[in-house]
Amino acid sequence: MYVDPEIIRLLAFLIGVIAFAALNAAYLVWLERKEAAHIQRRIGPKEVGPFGLFQPLVDGIKLMTKQLIVPAGVDPVLFKIAPILVMVPAIMSFVTIPFSDTLVARNLDIGLLAIFAFASVNVLGLLLGAWGSRNKYAVISAARVVSQNVAYEIPMLVTVVTLVMISGTMNLSKIVGLQMGGFWHWNIFNFSASPLMPVAFLIFFVCMLAETNRAPFDMAEAESELVAGAFTEYSGMGFGVFFMGEYANIVIGASVATILFLGGWDCPFGLFPGVHWFLIKMYFLIFTVIWIRWTYPRTTFYGLLNLSWKILIPISFVNLILTSAMLKVF
Amino acid sequence: MVSLFTVEGLSGLLFFGFMGLTLAGAIVATNARSLIRSVAGLALCFLGVAGLYYYLNSPFVALMQILIYVGAVCVTIIFAVMLAESSELKQITSRNGLVGPLAFLASGILIFALAGLALRTQWRPAPCLVNRGTVENLGQSLLTTYSMSFELISVVLLVAVVGSLVLARAGRDK
Repeated sequence: MYVDPEIIRLLAFLIGVIAFAALNAAYLVWLERKEAAHIQRRIGPKEVGPFGLFQPLVDGIKLMTKQLIVPAGVDPVLFKIAPILVMVPAIMSFVTIPFSDTLVARNLDIGLLAIFAFASVNVLGLLLGAWGSRNKYAVISAARVVSQNVAYEIPMLVTVVTLVMISGTMNLSKIVGLQMGGFWHWNIFNFSASPLMPVAFLIFFVCMLAETNRAPFDMAEAESELVAGAFTEYSGMGFGVFFMGEYANIVIGASVATILFLGGWDCPFGLFPGVHWFLIKMYFLIFTVIWIRWTYPRTTFYGLLNLSWKILIPISFVNLILTSAMLKVF
Repeated sequence: MVSLFTVEGLSGLLFFGFMGLTLAGAIVATNARSLIRSVAGLALCFLGVAGLYYYLNSPFVALMQILIYVGAVCVTIIFAVMLAESSELKQITSRNGLVGPLAFLASGILIFALAGLALRTQWRPAPCLVNRGTVENLGQSLLTTYSMSFELISVVLLVAVVGSLVLARAGRDK
């Protein structure tokens, strides 16, 4: 029986991508707990394995052996489909992310658009899960998720449009290719395109925090007000899959920031570019995301919306106009 | 006969899968008892249509379908339903027994007529070929040949936004 090598390649990438997403979810929980502990002058998980490194395995076994409780009042179909709707688009986004010049499953010409298209399904999953669980906290959380995502999608997309204007392509590999050869070529320091590029990076990073519902913008699952927000009624692996989806989305956000602004797999000093540089930058961004969560308190909901509509959107539009003017003039 | 374990074979299979997904989503959207489930069916239908676009060599349209219809329209509808529908499970029971068969008959005639029309018309070739996901051709034709319709659509959207703001304001003053 003849099997196309392309199919085997795609299958290998599919398994690799799912394994990468799951492994990241497991070990980012460990990193989060360790980092939080050290920021709070504790030790964190330390009993299972050296430095608590096997803790995620034990946690996973615990989550998988717990009973899946489907409460009596819920809409069973929507309740069960919601975690999948959060997880699957995240995995789909990994397909087009180039980890190095050869390590990419499908180098789409419109890869950037693909990632944002799949990311927009995430909200639908949270909404359906929240409404399906018939819980007042979950519904409040859903309302917050929608207004937050709509508010922060605008500055994020405007910033991305600026980047696309500079690069002239939506192919992620080509965007990285334009930034090769040392850190002064990276888009974050691309002052000849727009003097506001570091600000654009900051806007993108803040929007990424908000889009992935991370502190200080974690209004959707504000534990002190909403129990667990949209996840209130979920137990065992239902909750686990939501959690994995959240971490997968953080990985994707950090990857996109790395590709767009930090030169992807390019080495800052022009030596040995490769997948290791991509991972170093990506994990540094993720480390920062966790660092911010354990440093700053949660904002208020109006503070959150005001930040987007009154500060980030105007600045991102200024950056867009400035960039297009400079592209036209120079 | 194309072998199943080639790229063409698998994409053919997936194309049929997306066709099924579109139909299943449409059936759920029209027959579900709760409104939210209808919207979920609608989202499924949109996803299926996006898949069809993708395998018809228009990845850009496919992704726009997901971004706009699934990510924005469905979310907006669900949000509206969440705010408006306080007590669900209000079933429409008073329904004439003839409605179902007549609806089937009407939709059958419609499908037959549309299919006949599509098959017999001499189609003109598309004004521009948007293949391999190139956005340039699409953007250029939108801003040159079709700039009038493009601008008109944005005016319609602007009117809708301003109108909803006016309505919301009027409600707030009461």
